[in-house]
Amino acid sequence: MGIESALGEGYLTTRIDTLVNWARSNAAWPMPMGLACCAIEMMAFAGPRYDVSRFGSEVFRFSPRQSDVMIVAGWCSYKMSHAIRRIWDQMPDPKWCIAMGACASTGGMHRCYGVVQGVDNFLPVDAYVSGCPPRPDAVIHALMKIQDKIRTEHSVMLDT
Amino acid sequence: MELDLSPALQKTTNGLTETFSEKIIEVYQTSGDTFIRIPSDSVIEICRYLKDEHRYTFLSDVIGTDRYTSEDRFEVIYNLISLRDRERLFVKVWLPEENPEIESVTSIWKSANWFEREVYDMFGIRFLNHPDHRRIYMPEDYQYFPLRKEFPLLGIPGSIEMPNTTPDKE
Repeated sequence: MGIESALGEGYLTTRIDTLVNWARSNAAWPMPMGLACCAIEMMAFAGPRYDVSRFGSEVFRFSPRQSDVMIVAGWCSYKMSHAIRRIWDQMPDPKWCIAMGACASTGGMHRCYGVVQGVDNFLPVDAYVSGCPPRPDAVIHALMKIQDKIRTEHSVMLDT
Repeated sequence: MELDLSPALQKTTNGLTETFSEKIIEVYQTSGDTFIRIPSDSVIEICRYLKDEHRYTFLSDVIGTDRYTSEDRFEVIYNLISLRDRERLFVKVWLPEENPEIESVTSIWKSANWFEREVYDMFGIRFLNHPDHRRIYMPEDYQYFPLRKEFPLLGIPGSIEMPNTTPDKE
């Protein structure tokens, strides 16, 4: 059953920050922004072998309104950057961003006029993943880093 | 140079030289492919002839090239395939640096539509009487032609608008 069976008739004390961060960090639903070959690795990251549901991120939401972490997987052209930024703006706060792979992080091998040289030119990226494409383990590592980040931040604003 | 032509290509080149004689500027082979170069004003009649008389029914690609020479800087290459004869033939046209333009072959092969738009987008070569003469990859208000040799590798900074990253402020 739920937490009641472990607690019995007792109770526990905690800070609301800790409780909210615990909930948020273990339900970081990804917004898949698969643009190129990294998207294949992103699918493996969600699939049964690497099984990101162990970390609470198994639900790939194709609606930005229901997602928390945007995974930009692949190279991003200048034309696409407007669509990505628009989807990012539609995601509710709080939200995080993973730049997956060399292309999303820096432009990678696409050193040319048509590709944005790193999605951090228009998105606030929290975690960069190296690799071309990165292994799914590396993406899980980035997700765990984001979980660490969520757990250490102040989720409740003090009314000063 | 000695040409090593298959019977079908031999028939094609013979037909071309007999029908158009002085309009065939050169015929040559390299890397196992056959190329003919023609003047830009006769591209329609020669392509029509190739399609009707020699069954080059498939326009596989249209390529632009910046040769970066002082004369006849640009080149348009038509990659023709005859499915009946299983032959491939490249038709080349040289164009000047100033105001490069050529008649569109969309009236002969419909597939030329997007190929020619791509050549226009990348090199600024205009195709006359094209049904939909717009850029195909770059933004429509883009000022430059990226595959010209003088264009910098990473583009012109600030020439393409980036998304607004502070959407709450106007």
